[in-house]
Order: sequence, then C-alpha cells, then structure tokens
Amino acid sequence: MTDTALAHTVGTAAKPREFGPMTTRMFARYSGASGDLNPMHYDDVQARAAGNPSVFSQGMHQAALLSTFATDWLGAETVRRFQVRFREQVWPGDVLTCSGEITAVEPAEDGAEFVTVALTCTRQTGGVAVSGSADFLLPTEPTR
Amino acid sequence: MPSTGPAAVGDTGTEYEVLVERGKIREFAEAMQSELPAYEGPQALTPPTFLTTSQRWAPPSGRIQTGFERARLLHGEQEFVFHGSPPRAGDRLLARERLVDRYAKAGKRGGEMRFAVVVTEYRSPEGELVAEARATYIETAAKEGRK
Repeated sequence: MTDTALAHTVGTAAKPREFGPMTTRMFARYSGASGDLNPMHYDDVQARAAGNPSVFSQGMHQAALLSTFATDWLGAETVRRFQVRFREQVWPGDVLTCSGEITAVEPAEDGAEFVTVALTCTRQTGGVAVSGSADFLLPTEPTR
Repeated sequence: MPSTGPAAVGDTGTEYEVLVERGKIREFAEAMQSELPAYEGPQALTPPTFLTTSQRWAPPSGRIQTGFERARLLHGEQEFVFHGSPPRAGDRLLARERLVDRYAKAGKRGGEMRFAVVVTEYRSPEGELVAEARATYIETAAKEGRK
C-alpha cells in the first residue's frame, strides 16, 4: 500500500564495481588489517600442505569489499545492518564483481526511509563468493 | 565464565574493552579498497565489518569456545547490527560474547553438520547497546571411511 511517494524505489540497482585481479598481497593486507592471521591466506607452502591448490582469500575480506561497494552507494553513517553468507572460495587472480539492488523501502521517522538492499559478490566464473543484505536509514529530500 | 569445555547455549565470555582507533580504521579502509572520506580523519566512522578487528585483542576468557574441530570449522554467516550510526574513532566500547544457539543438520554425504551462533554485544561505557555482531560457525560432517 503506497499512500505517499517514497524517494527510493524497489528494484533500483547500483552500478556494479569490479575488484581485482585479487592478489596474495591483498589477502596479506586484509590479514593485518583485520587481525585474522590464519596462514592459509598468505603462506602458500602451508596452504598447499593443508591440501589447497594455493592460498585463498578470507571470506571476511570479500565481505569487506562488498561493504565498500554498499557504503559508496548508500553511505557509511546511514548503515544499520550488514549481513553476509560465505559461499565460494576466492583465489589469487580472481576478478570479483559487487552488485546490489534495493529490495524493500519503508517510511521511517522524520521523513527518512529504511532501505533494504540485496548484495552479491560474484567471481569471474559466475559463482557467488558472498551474498548478503544490508539496511540503511536514509534521509530524503524535503521536497522533490 | 572461563571453562575448559565447549560453551553451552547462554554462556557468556568475560567483558573486554574495545578502543576504536583512527589508524586502525584507516588501515582497514585501505584493505577494503575504500576511498570514502567518512573513514578518514579524527571523527572517522568504522566500516560495516570493522568490529571483526576487536577479536584480535580479546582475552582468552572473552572468547566463546564452540568446541568445533579446527580442520572442519567454517565461518558460515556474519551479521552486524548498528543501533544508530556505526562507532567512530575515539569511542570506547565494552564487548561481551554469548553463545545464543546450537543446532545440527544432516550432512550432504552423511554424518552431521553442527552449527553454533555467537553474538557479540558492543556497549558504550554508559551501558547503551551500540552494535551487535552475529557469527554462525559450522563444523562440517566428519568424513566416514571412504569419501
């Protein structure tokens, strides 16, 4: 039911953003920044010894890239929830594409709108590395 | 309550201090390839997944032990909820982890997949709930005989 026009529209998509090709250096930088020092993400010898073809990225690294995309789109101060589900591993050389679409808009106090978006981080293979959703409390223009 | 065994639903870790630092935010923003000005300066906002960094300095008694076998442990899902704008540089938060759920599902190749959900509450020194982090950990089914 729509009594008043909402400023944000369900189905609106942001321009996708590419990250990569991903490098071990990026994984190492995320390890240091996050404090997740699991060697599977930067020590190729240990990663192979554990049965992996090479080092691989942290799921939380892809989550962080997806959050970069989301907050470039709808703002950092306005975010109220950010959720991810880890699906496929990401390897050196992968090119990731982050995309998002508005899935719900609800009126909030003071003319603001509570906007929910679906977020996806896809590998060059088409496989989904991370999927998620986020909520933003967005101010709207006083009049249009 | 420090204990030797895996945590039960409802168990909490000891509260620990989280100091939100400008330089750490800058480092994190660089690793996430963000150039958003909001993540810079003395009033820098924390990015949505930044609170994951607080685990690094949590005391052992602050961490919830799922008891899952490390070789079969996966991080399945992660969620952050903010009760207002995300924390900023200079904020002092108090974090407490709680095991809120355990459940199991049949594994695709037999056996049992086990799940544990850990929520970390971040409060202001005045006790106001600022943010919550909800992590779902999975222990994949043990391999039986032949794969």
